[in-house]
Amino acid sequence: MAGIFSRLSGFFSQYEEISEDFYEELEETLVMGDVGVSSTEEIIEELRKRVAGQKTGSPEECRLLLSNIVKERLDETASPSDYDFELKKCVILVVGVNGVGKTTTVGKLAARYKRLGKNVMLAAADTFRAAAGEQLDVWAERAGVQIIKGRDGGDPGAVVFDAIQAAKARNIDVLICDTAGRLHNKKNLMNELKKINSIITSEYPECTKETLVVVDASTGQNAKEQAREFKEVTDVSGVVLTKLDGSAKGGIVIAIESELSIPVKFVGVGEKITDLKKFDSTGYAAALTGSEELVAREEEKAKDIEARTVVYATEDGKGEVVVGASEQEKEDAFAFFRSLRGES
Amino acid sequence: MAFESLTDKLQNVFKSLKSKGSLTQEDVKTALKEVKMALLEADVNFRVVKQFVNSVTEKAVGADVMNGLNPGQMVVKIVNEEMTSLMGSDTSELTFAPGKSVTVIMMCGLNGAGKTTTCGKLAAKLKTKGKKVLLTACDVYRPAAIKQLQVNGEKTETDVFTLGDDKSPVIIAEEAVSHAEKNGYNVVILDTAGRQQIDEELMDELARIKASVTVHDTILVVDACTGQAAVDVASGFDEKVGIDGVILTKLDGDSRGGAALSIRAITGKPILFAATGEKPTDFEQFYPDRMASRILGMGDVLSLIEKAAENVDIETSKNMNAKLKKGRFDFNDYIDSMKQVNRMGGMTSVLSMMGMGGKNMPAIDEASLKRNEAIIFSMTPAERADPKLLNPKRKHRIAKGAGVDIMYVNRLVKQFEQASKLMKQMGGSMKKGKMGLGSLNSLMRNLKI
Repeated sequence: MAGIFSRLSGFFSQYEEISEDFYEELEETLVMGDVGVSSTEEIIEELRKRVAGQKTGSPEECRLLLSNIVKERLDETASPSDYDFELKKCVILVVGVNGVGKTTTVGKLAARYKRLGKNVMLAAADTFRAAAGEQLDVWAERAGVQIIKGRDGGDPGAVVFDAIQAAKARNIDVLICDTAGRLHNKKNLMNELKKINSIITSEYPECTKETLVVVDASTGQNAKEQAREFKEVTDVSGVVLTKLDGSAKGGIVIAIESELSIPVKFVGVGEKITDLKKFDSTGYAAALTGSEELVAREEEKAKDIEARTVVYATEDGKGEVVVGASEQEKEDAFAFFRSLRGES
Repeated sequence: MAFESLTDKLQNVFKSLKSKGSLTQEDVKTALKEVKMALLEADVNFRVVKQFVNSVTEKAVGADVMNGLNPGQMVVKIVNEEMTSLMGSDTSELTFAPGKSVTVIMMCGLNGAGKTTTCGKLAAKLKTKGKKVLLTACDVYRPAAIKQLQVNGEKTETDVFTLGDDKSPVIIAEEAVSHAEKNGYNVVILDTAGRQQIDEELMDELARIKASVTVHDTILVVDACTGQAAVDVASGFDEKVGIDGVILTKLDGDSRGGAALSIRAITGKPILFAATGEKPTDFEQFYPDRMASRILGMGDVLSLIEKAAENVDIETSKNMNAKLKKGRFDFNDYIDSMKQVNRMGGMTSVLSMMGMGGKNMPAIDEASLKRNEAIIFSMTPAERADPKLLNPKRKHRIAKGAGVDIMYVNRLVKQFEQASKLMKQMGGSMKKGKMGLGSLNSLMRNLKI
């Protein structure tokens, strides 16, 4: 509720100029989105610099600048090769604390790769939580993929080992391993994960390994510790941000990206099997900074400008591209081209 | 790189305040800036922090500095008082239906908060109070949620009521209550599906359950590491369904749990229980004043003492104290002591309760604790009772029996001497109602083999 009001109040902004109060409101927007105090301060600092540099006068432009800064920060750790694992034979290890949505994410990933025509297999390496295996069974069925399970309470490493052998034998393209939720401060459970990780490395060295840490969008500052500790014991290469369909903004991924250099790769946006999207930093930054409408309007404007771009003939007979031509200019240009073709 | 604890930060700030001798607006502002940062890092909601800082400022500026306190300590005193009064100082209890009628408890919350696990724990807790409990599977959406509840029911020897996943949760709740009435159950716990508070349809489902059966306690289950959204979640559930209390889960993690303060400040609803581990018994009464100190970054030593008092076998400790007095402490006692630590939730949880969690926690090598146990169990009763008997020949035999290198046996025997001294200190101070943090810390160091 509060989120909606604060956003609205942002839009029909009572601010006519960029004041300290305005900065404070932006700061509040970010902190309330779980971006964290230090990241927020850095971002606002950068914003002040840009405002001063560009002599931007309007709060609206300022809001767009903020959205851009957030996007740039998110893009810093992203790389074009982030999704290359999807093109190769790969093992995806899914890790995270309890209740963040690992099993659901595994199900959604399975459906994604199945849709892409891959041969997919799941490994139910959560042998600890009650009925975790059954939950994954349902997802395997929904996605129409194979699943390798172990005994309840059995060794999760053994399940992963068996799954790798099966994946090799059955020519599987994507093997996705679900693991039990564990709090990152439990050393023995983290060691178990380390072992699973090394089993994949040693048993299947020829495959591409992708390790995704799943983070619940409603998690606060502790998510940094979570990501850091999981990175200690496995080769975390990406974040999946789940439950973004709620009121939480998941701003913590900004801190995770900048402190730990782990890019966000996917977001979970609903309960359906197709509700897993590749991460879009532009849309995310807009939502976080409460400037979706502004960004959308900017995009419209950009399209509009494109539509209004014409090639003008210059006196020396060459053309010139004019961006954002007015209707009259456009008409003139068209008339000129018609005359070239001998039309009246 | 965990953030500095607030205590550390404040101490630095106060060094600069100390010399000034009076509580000026500037002093208060400087100190509270750090408090504000720490609270935000602890995930206390931005607006709650703002209010909190304002009210502390009002009280602190111009306040007389009490005799014997320096200005910095005075600010801390006020911060602490305000925090405690915000959290509330009384523990809260569940309400039960009068007489012999069935009490209905409905659990609700976001997906993944830990509702199903908590249902099992709550059932176990109520059973120890002599209640006959019926767990009811109203989560018909999440795959295998029913099965999960059934497994939890088995673990805690509690009956589970289900109509499968093709009936509406409203009907399931109704039938569960009439089943409970007919079969002499005292309490029905409804496990509902996880949902976002902005999901109108699913929120309406909860309201309909409440409309069709008399729910005595609607409990919101909240993950302790929830961020700023905790306020929206709690007020959303409260407005649409109406909640009576909160259970905070995953408190065995290293999050500060600022969500607790936010929820309390915004909704005024009490936090009833804290879930602190994976076992059904990792579930305890929530002490709001202690949570205040966790959020502020202070150790929760009180909680440890309480747990110790509950779990330590009185007879065993009487015997042990007698032995300690006589200076006779053997490997049997060592095993007993470790068992008691385990009953308190293991070394990790004992340490985190003492505020030594997170980054400050000494690495606990559970494997080496197990190895020690194996070595001691490979001793004869005579050897356990009298460690002096252990000659090289016996040590070789023990090493073989435990399947470890003799080096470990030697190390254990050597460190046993030191450890037994520390146990003596712990035993002594526990009797007085205090447990030295230092002694536990050095015990830990000694046990790391």
